Amino acid sequence: MNYPFWIAIGLLMLGLYTMIAHKNLFKKFVGMSVFQTAIILFFMLTSVKRGADLPIVSAGAVGASGFMNPLPHALMLTAIVVAVATAGLALGILIRLHATYGSLEEDVIAAGPAPADAPPAPGAR
Amino acid sequence: MGAHLPILPVVLPLVGAMLVPIVTLASRRAAWPLAVGAGLLATVAAGAGLVSVALHGTTRYAVGGWPPPWGIEVVLDPLSAFVAVTVAGVSTVGLLAAGPAAERLPRHAPAAFYALALIGLTGFLGMVVSGDLFNVFVFLEIASISSYALVASGGGPALPAAFRYLVLGTVGASFYLLGVGFLYALTGTLNMADLATRVAGQHASPLFVGGVAFVTVGLAIKMGLFPLHGWLPDAYTHAPAPVAVLLAPVGTKAAAYALARTLLYVLRPSDLPVATILAWTGAAAILVGGVLALRQTDARRLLAYSSVSQMGYIALGFGLATPAGLAGAYLHILNHALMKAALFLSVGAAALQGRGPAVHALGLGRGMPVAAACAVVAGLSMVGVPPFGGFFSKWYLLEGTVGAGEPVLAGVILAGSLLALGYMYRFTEEVWLGGSGASPTPAEDAPKGGHAAPGAGGTPGATPSAVAIGLVILAAVTLAAGLGNVALVGVLAPVTGLR
Repeated sequence: MNYPFWIAIGLLMLGLYTMIAHKNLFKKFVGMSVFQTAIILFFMLTSVKRGADLPIVSAGAVGASGFMNPLPHALMLTAIVVAVATAGLALGILIRLHATYGSLEEDVIAAGPAPADAPPAPGAR
Repeated sequence: MGAHLPILPVVLPLVGAMLVPIVTLASRRAAWPLAVGAGLLATVAAGAGLVSVALHGTTRYAVGGWPPPWGIEVVLDPLSAFVAVTVAGVSTVGLLAAGPAAERLPRHAPAAFYALALIGLTGFLGMVVSGDLFNVFVFLEIASISSYALVASGGGPALPAAFRYLVLGTVGASFYLLGVGFLYALTGTLNMADLATRVAGQHASPLFVGGVAFVTVGLAIKMGLFPLHGWLPDAYTHAPAPVAVLLAPVGTKAAAYALARTLLYVLRPSDLPVATILAWTGAAAILVGGVLALRQTDARRLLAYSSVSQMGYIALGFGLATPAGLAGAYLHILNHALMKAALFLSVGAAALQGRGPAVHALGLGRGMPVAAACAVVAGLSMVGVPPFGGFFSKWYLLEGTVGAGEPVLAGVILAGSLLALGYMYRFTEEVWLGGSGASPTPAEDAPKGGHAAPGAGGTPGATPSAVAIGLVILAAVTLAAGLGNVALVGVLAPVTGLR
């Protein structure tokens, strides 16, 4: 009955696993985005009611029980803005990382900056 | 104006952050005084808030005139006002002292540096004064995103450090958000005061257990509590010197405050072992951070691991949750912010001369005796030598462990002081006597602007007066916080229960 919550939990685990398991920083970033999105999905699910209407009050509205809860939507609008700002900054850092090290692989970066005129390291993306 | 006092510490740095880039268009030199002024105004507003709270009790302010629990509430009580003054004051000193180093930041800095620093200050202060769980998340992210950007501005090795900080910080904030979601699903409210009453009878619910767990783990990541401190050493080591001075003292403290606020005053999970876990992970942090700090040769990394150790003291105090333990933890928020700002500032002062970052190359004794003396004061406070502030926060923590009947934790506190003596002795000795070689050791990874080449601008050998003033203020307040510890504990008495 609550299978949408299992989807949210699955996405959460998938994002966490991607961040831990992959050595490529861009894949870590993708995992982070999936992780954030799973939480947004979770909040959305808390607002859902079977047989409920859009939370727009019209003439002759009858109590709150017939409407979905609009607050999680408003909260997640903010959370999405936060996620977009984080994503923008993360991508900016990744671009500068790639320019400095010639790769986004963790072990290549750990080895130090690439020489200015060297070709990108093998396997670099 | 008076009615809006509680929100002013948040609004003033935000306005300053917006003005900095505009003013910089007219004059590049105006950014620094403007940023310091905005910080100073925020400090004055927070200080006025603390005085008002001490005289008239807790102040509540409904943002935008929407009454809580529906609207967002700003609450100044003794704890939030105390931490707000700490954060605003130490940040203002950091902004003042950052001036000479910020001049050397690359490219669009220093305007971007000051704007980001003020946005970060807005976020930290917002986290502290907010009375709404979701609002805390928003301010947490405002502070965090500007912190990631500030660390990344160092370039070079700061970039992987900043990315790691960003990913782990986002995971921490997301865990916190998920926990808030659980609590909202359970109670239907986000207002802290409202939630505290509604959650009281629901401790058996799995939503409560999950909410407490996620909020605790999320904020523990943000406060750099061992073993969740993975982002901290690299971020503090590779951040440009003025950024480390701003972030290291207050960044972890705001998260620690949020943890204390949610756990001790809102959720109060008395039937979950959260307090025990916090106390013992704090104890582990004291020992592991201290031992790792002993092994470091890079002064900045030494200070970063010392931060891991000192955050352990704060977590231990939260975990004890006895009146004396809480008083010690809250005092340590102030004392550690002061000492860590002074120590990072002294490393920054050495960097301005092209010295450091290796501990043995600091050598401020000749040429910068003021900076060296203030670093020694901070070091003594860290070790816990009376009459400096650090002694009294550790004293109250010890009293707390004795009151809670935990002799092992008392032993850990003393052992942590011994470890601090070990690494701070080496640090202060090298501050005075080190760097005697003809050529100062160049930074292995010299980030642009953070550690300039010897004699690159400025008179080699002289402490820039702004840095010296900042250090003297920090050292003086360290001493004052020690001498005035009874008054501070008195102000905090309504939240700690210590008479």
